[in-house]
Amino acid sequence: MTSFSALVRRDIKLAVREGGAIGTALGFFLIVVSLMPLGLGPDLNLLARIAAGILWIALLLAALLSLGRIFETDYEDGALDILATGQLPLELVAAAKSLAHWLTTGIPLALLAPILGILLNLDLKSYPILIATMLVGTPAVSFLGAIGAALTLKARRGGLLLAVIVLPLYIPTLIFGISAVSATAGPGGVGAAFLVLTAISLAAIVLGPIAAAAALRIQFQ
Amino acid sequence: MPLMQTLTQKLANPTRFMELSGRVLPWVSAAAAALLVYGLYLAFFASPADYQQGETVRIMYIHVPCAWLSMMIYALIAISSFGLLVFRHPLADVSAKAAAPIGAAFTFLALFTGSLWGKPMWGTYWVWDARLTSVLILFFLYLGLMALRASLEDEAAAAKLTAVLALVGVTILPIIKFSVEWWNTLHQPSTDFTSTVDPSMRWPLLVMAVGFTVLFFAMHLKAMRNEILRRRVKAMRAQAVAGRDRLAAQAAE
Amino acid sequence: MQLVAEDLVVERGGRRVIDGLSFAVAAGEALVLAGANGSGKTTLLRALAGFIRPVRGAVRLEGGDEELTLAEQAHVVGHANAVKSSLTVVENTAFWGNYLGSGPPGSSAATGERLDAALRHFGLDDLADFPAAYLSAGQKRRLGLARLLIADRPLWLLDEPTVSLDTASSERLVAAVNAHTKSGGIAVIATHLPLALESARTLQLAHQRIAA
Repeated sequence: MTSFSALVRRDIKLAVREGGAIGTALGFFLIVVSLMPLGLGPDLNLLARIAAGILWIALLLAALLSLGRIFETDYEDGALDILATGQLPLELVAAAKSLAHWLTTGIPLALLAPILGILLNLDLKSYPILIATMLVGTPAVSFLGAIGAALTLKARRGGLLLAVIVLPLYIPTLIFGISAVSATAGPGGVGAAFLVLTAISLAAIVLGPIAAAAALRIQFQ
Repeated sequence: MPLMQTLTQKLANPTRFMELSGRVLPWVSAAAAALLVYGLYLAFFASPADYQQGETVRIMYIHVPCAWLSMMIYALIAISSFGLLVFRHPLADVSAKAAAPIGAAFTFLALFTGSLWGKPMWGTYWVWDARLTSVLILFFLYLGLMALRASLEDEAAAAKLTAVLALVGVTILPIIKFSVEWWNTLHQPSTDFTSTVDPSMRWPLLVMAVGFTVLFFAMHLKAMRNEILRRRVKAMRAQAVAGRDRLAAQAAE
Repeated sequence: MQLVAEDLVVERGGRRVIDGLSFAVAAGEALVLAGANGSGKTTLLRALAGFIRPVRGAVRLEGGDEELTLAEQAHVVGHANAVKSSLTVVENTAFWGNYLGSGPPGSSAATGERLDAALRHFGLDDLADFPAAYLSAGQKRRLGLARLLIADRPLWLLDEPTVSLDTASSERLVAAVNAHTKSGGIAVIATHLPLALESARTLQLAHQRIAA
């Protein structure tokens, strides 16, 4: 098997066995979504209108929880050094880890979202498109988040700093992700927003690992 | 190009830079002061009030230059970051580090004056229109740069990592602006609150914009000089610490 | 083939840790880095591996693979073990074999044999299916070292490899290094403990000259 797939499989195996992280992220997702009606009032009409927005924002925050660890554990036990000595370019190492993060965190969060949508009286017709936009948008969350993880690897208060750095990068995904859900409320199929969302994710998949690898090289010094 | 190269080469040496900037700074500061005095006079006395907005339009003469500066300074940081990572220019990091807090301050001023300007016009201190929202996000990017740098003790690593973040930011900034404008058109009919500027207001605006820019250069030069001095003090202290280590001195014998 | 360092100048935290060091290690030789703590052993190893960029000077592996960087032809053993607690002993080593091994997917039998041999050499074959979390510090160190035997790389850069190892395990490591150099490999080892290495020279880092 290639180095790339070996690394992706290993990271998936680790994520599954150390189950805690994804469980915590899902739990956080649930709790934050539940806080919204408590804070905003249980008016179902209001909640239905803002449900997509709440779900997206809560998903971004939940993803942030697990992002810090993309490189951290490998850095701490010395594996990151050795990963850099493989024939896989560091950019692909970063890409492999981002991919594993998306598979083990992004997708579960995206799949949980519609279930949480029940709590917010999300319009049933929106369910398929919500899942679709989240599945398409979450790669950007993982791949852009990896940049922040690489930058804050050795930083004090890394978790909060990661959020400060990465959340602005998520704004385009957030805007187009929600736009794509409401766009289909109108006539016609996949809106332009969905296409832009896809384009942003693809750009993140290509450019994220480049920036993350650049940051990692600096961290090795 | 050859002239530019010798200029950057000349400036590349911190000592030469200190000499040069020391001589240039008083002139730049004086020019900034003169331009701003003239500009403020024009803005508050010699230009007309707006047909719709009345006297409050005068805030524009501060708000617009600040908004312009907030973007120009980020571009400057991005260029400095590129200079650090690609050319390893010795002053590139000094430039970026000095510019960030100044840029954040001007961005905040832009938001603050924008808010004050908005109150008489929209009735609220804030409105989520495309321009103000983009400036707010730019403010977040500045905060990110400063927070990242402050979180690391290793200054050399902090310099390079901040440079990477600045380049990521400048790459994603157009996408963010595009997405904010899209978002804005979805949720509001276009309320472009800065309609075209009347010619009689253009000249004062230009003077103020140039004045603010020269002011920034003065502040930036000064901040760079401070940073170079700070690093010298730090290096001298480190040497002093090494020199006072009795055990190390014994071992070296 | 030889590892060549030319006029190496390396800075850490503004301090010049290595100042104009030159040496060469030929195939079949081991170079022991000796010196007090802080004399730059780890810095030198990381500079050789390419993690740290020297201020001046160069590091080359002459006679090696032109297509690969030096790091891609080296095994790096640092202070940490690169062992994952939730993977079993076998899974840990097999991963590195897959990741670092440059050969084609290959018959699983060959890889399996090699895996067994590597674990057996360091006495871990009976622990093969246990999660690494159960291992002691010394056993984890041995598991990390098993990496050396699971993939072929001409250059070994080892930083204090025998830390937390008992005498028997240290001997196993020395045996592996000797086998490596005997078959034409190069080893650079930072250690402050005496190791019975064959064809080894010592580089005293405080004074940066090579002693026999």
